[in-house]
Amino acid sequence: MNILKAKFKIHGGVHPKYRKELARDEETKRLPLPDILRISTTQHLGAPSKPVVKKGDYVKKYQLLAEAAGFISAPVHSPASGTIKDIVTGTGASGAPVTEIILETNNTSDAELTGVYPTDEWQKLSPETILNRIREAGVVGAGGAGFPTYVKLSPPPDKKIETLIINGAECEPYLTADYRLMLEHPECLIAGIQIICKVLNVTEAYIAIEDNKPEAIELLSKYLEDKKIENIKVSTLPTYYPQGAEKQQIYSITGREVPSGGLPADVGVLVENTGTTVAIYNAVIKDLPFIERTTTVSGYGIETPSNVIAPIGTPYQELIDFCGGAKDDVKKIISGGPMMGFAQATAETTTTKTTSGLLLLTAKEISQFESSPCISCGRCIAACPMNLMPAELSQFCEAEDFESAAANRVMDCMECGCCAFSCPAHRPLVQHFRTAKAFLRAQPKK
Amino acid sequence: MSEEQLYSVSSSPHVHSGASIHGIMRDVVIAMVPTFIAAIIFFGLNALILTATCVISCVFFEYLSRRIMKRNNTINDLSAVITGVLLAFNLPPTFPIWMAVVGSFVAIVIAKQLFGGLGYNPFNPALAGRLFLFLSFAFAMSGDWTPWSYINTENIVATTSATPLGMLQESTGSIAFLSNNSNIMNMFLGKVNGCIGEVSALALILGGLYLLWRKVITWHIPVAYIGTVAVFATILYMIDPSTNASPLFHLFSGGLMLGAIFMATDMVTSPTDRSGMLVFGIGCGLLTMIIRKWGAYPEGVSFSIFIMNATTPLINRVCKPRVFGVKGKA
Amino acid sequence: MIETVLTIIEPYLPIIKTVFAITCIGFGCSFALAIAAKFFEVKDDPRIGEVNELLPGANCGACGYAGCMDYAKAVVMDDAELNRCAPGGADLTATLAEYLGKTAEAAEKQVAIVLCMGTNDAAKCRFEYNGIADCRAAHLVGGGDKACTYGCLGYSSCATVCPTQAIEMVDGVAKVHPELCISCGKCVTACPRNLIKLVPEKNTVHILCSSNDKGPIVRKVCTKGCIGCTMCVKLTKEEESVFMDGFLAKIDYSKEVQNKVIVEKCPPKCIIDTTINN
Repeated sequence: MNILKAKFKIHGGVHPKYRKELARDEETKRLPLPDILRISTTQHLGAPSKPVVKKGDYVKKYQLLAEAAGFISAPVHSPASGTIKDIVTGTGASGAPVTEIILETNNTSDAELTGVYPTDEWQKLSPETILNRIREAGVVGAGGAGFPTYVKLSPPPDKKIETLIINGAECEPYLTADYRLMLEHPECLIAGIQIICKVLNVTEAYIAIEDNKPEAIELLSKYLEDKKIENIKVSTLPTYYPQGAEKQQIYSITGREVPSGGLPADVGVLVENTGTTVAIYNAVIKDLPFIERTTTVSGYGIETPSNVIAPIGTPYQELIDFCGGAKDDVKKIISGGPMMGFAQATAETTTTKTTSGLLLLTAKEISQFESSPCISCGRCIAACPMNLMPAELSQFCEAEDFESAAANRVMDCMECGCCAFSCPAHRPLVQHFRTAKAFLRAQPKK
Repeated sequence: MSEEQLYSVSSSPHVHSGASIHGIMRDVVIAMVPTFIAAIIFFGLNALILTATCVISCVFFEYLSRRIMKRNNTINDLSAVITGVLLAFNLPPTFPIWMAVVGSFVAIVIAKQLFGGLGYNPFNPALAGRLFLFLSFAFAMSGDWTPWSYINTENIVATTSATPLGMLQESTGSIAFLSNNSNIMNMFLGKVNGCIGEVSALALILGGLYLLWRKVITWHIPVAYIGTVAVFATILYMIDPSTNASPLFHLFSGGLMLGAIFMATDMVTSPTDRSGMLVFGIGCGLLTMIIRKWGAYPEGVSFSIFIMNATTPLINRVCKPRVFGVKGKA
Repeated sequence: MIETVLTIIEPYLPIIKTVFAITCIGFGCSFALAIAAKFFEVKDDPRIGEVNELLPGANCGACGYAGCMDYAKAVVMDDAELNRCAPGGADLTATLAEYLGKTAEAAEKQVAIVLCMGTNDAAKCRFEYNGIADCRAAHLVGGGDKACTYGCLGYSSCATVCPTQAIEMVDGVAKVHPELCISCGKCVTACPRNLIKLVPEKNTVHILCSSNDKGPIVRKVCTKGCIGCTMCVKLTKEEESVFMDGFLAKIDYSKEVQNKVIVEKCPPKCIIDTTINN
């Protein structure tokens, strides 16, 4: 059997209400091309890309809109043919200002692709060629952080990657985009894994799936068995949040602890998101740049929760309208999952390569923070997957004693939200840590 | 401000487990119901009046002090109710009402609100109230134990007016008698003299199981506390059974169960990390047994928890979990 | 004779012994202390203490030293400038100069000012903020709830750090009371939106807006924002005391505004004259 149970148990974690049933059985639909796309140049972690088009230019689908600006950066391509209306400053999903390229689409199919490889011929390509294609296609981590994939796939020469983990845990509540991807396109996923294996010269790969997705586990395991692929195995993880966090997932499967401040490569592991893997497949085999992704539109505030393929730069309002519109009692719009996603001020924000979900939540689903004192119940400590002491840390942050917070390793916090989720006093713990981290990052290094 | 409906924006996470301080406190109140019923069965109306007095005066003082200090009203979090019930549970059945009110005042105003209210108090308020009364009105607190004879007048313990631990201290009861099975059974059920809420180990354990089931408390403090007492008492008993009572006697006598399940587990005044909780429980157990065996007072639960409350910040400093990905001590 | 004395004091002997012992210990310790004081004596310029006495003792840090004592040391030992104490002002500089027999030019007295008028009625909100009541924290959540991305968030982080309680929150906007301000500059660093500036006290005309957005955008989010109409610049053409920085008019604080009619003429009324308005 090629299904393995993850052997190691991480500390902490929580069991939020998953509410995946809202969209899990909805087949992925394609959004009709919106008339206006507003494509942000901050689609990824690192330096924003530099626009290479200007106002009034006519661009074809797949054409380069903005080039990578630096090592940790990625190019952005046009998801449709049309005219550049303007390049303006807008607001990104996190609330930070971003540069947006406004594209008026014309729905013609004058797309140009440089070359398509037959599916089985990619094996002949050299790892360098593959890596180059991944870089040129602007593939970035689709899970949320958006780390440029080619950087990730070029680990320093002294760090040998032995194990590849494909993250299909999708531990965030509501989200089902990766789940649908695994169910609907197992062939793309597996081929993508094989491509990564070749680039990194890795023999051992695991697809990590939480055990609340038995259909996906069964389907992939059967697919692997039918195709007689032996180096890829399905690893089932017990269902709890944050099973999909990189360091925690590595520990669950291999028992290795990524050192504080280190990278998975330090323990010979590389974790790649399912969406990213499919994007790699598209980039290498179909020569398609990363211009669209599956986004779960869900929550009790949307008429018909769905999984939608939308081009990058789609305003959230288009997605909402496509899914039957918003209900009256929507109180919060969230880009991403409810545990780590960003709340939005308007539905005018646009999708990026990292928009895994768009949630419309009603008052009864969301939480309200209060500035009440800590009652030292210790639930946050029991819940913290990084083994930090959120209660104590938040008190340092409240007193603006960021040095003490740093000494107690606030920088190790990954903002998963388990502490604030379980806090009976409803303290805004994660916000405290975000503020502290932002302050500490802005401090000159000593 | 515009009239239109604005979306709510906050930092993540946007969902919550639903746990609240009110909910936790409500569970604690529910967990104290069996003990309350036992108190009424064994001590009748006195127990009811005493509990009502303490609860009402605690809530009143909480309201009043918050009002005077111009802070928001917190009586809805039920913590004052718990303090009231716990304080009453720690009083003998014939305790004068006015003294109970004074105890409530000390518990709520001095031990809690002057420190800033729930979350900032270094000591368990009910415990502080009890110790204040214990040291100020020593006679009322320990002198006149009304036999629990409302129910049963046949038992020999009932005719003496001392608690089992008092008898042990003053050697008025023979060790053999105190350690015999029927006496221990009576102590387990609550048919002994003592404070209204501490006598029935059975009712207290029921409440404790409820709290564990509701995940309000973890097993660490009660188990470490009671376990330490059991081990200590067993060692003493093995050394000399003629001068030391049996371990079971120590477990079911005095305020150990009440202290271990309801007082030591008070979240605010106990360590936050699991390892710290174990240290805290063990410390309480050791101190309790040391006071019981060698101290001037027959019972040491209150003092030991109070002393360990004071060490909580220190324990929190020392007992920290090892941060993920960090080698050695964080 | 001695025997009688002994019999009389006999019952008091334990007390006498104790008193004697304690006295001996006392003398011993004081002797040790005296020796230690002699051996480990640190020669200190007595003037440091006296200069410290002259300083206001606010320990605000405006001088750039860790506290008043530190500054006093620097003044006496390291020849630091005498005009660095903002709370003390010109008077102190003169006093210090006289005391130390030096000459020093008094620094211009400065006060903090919040360059925003976006009160609750004037400025729109983009969303309902739920979280820590602190500007730095609020600024990180979705960029702050004020629709204007430049304006005062109103969570009083500046008022919290102010050592003299000179900052008051009025209708959701911070307001500095100049008479209380000691120009320590703590609020300047506390504001995540850099709205607070230290300006010379003699300047009384201020443009209370920091938005660099174009007029129509400003107008959409705030009724009191500078729309970049350049009217004030034109009206002060000769004196050149107001200039445009992008779409925002700014006062050149090295000059004084003479033509105070700009206060009246400014369409969104974001120019104030503190001699009138206060």
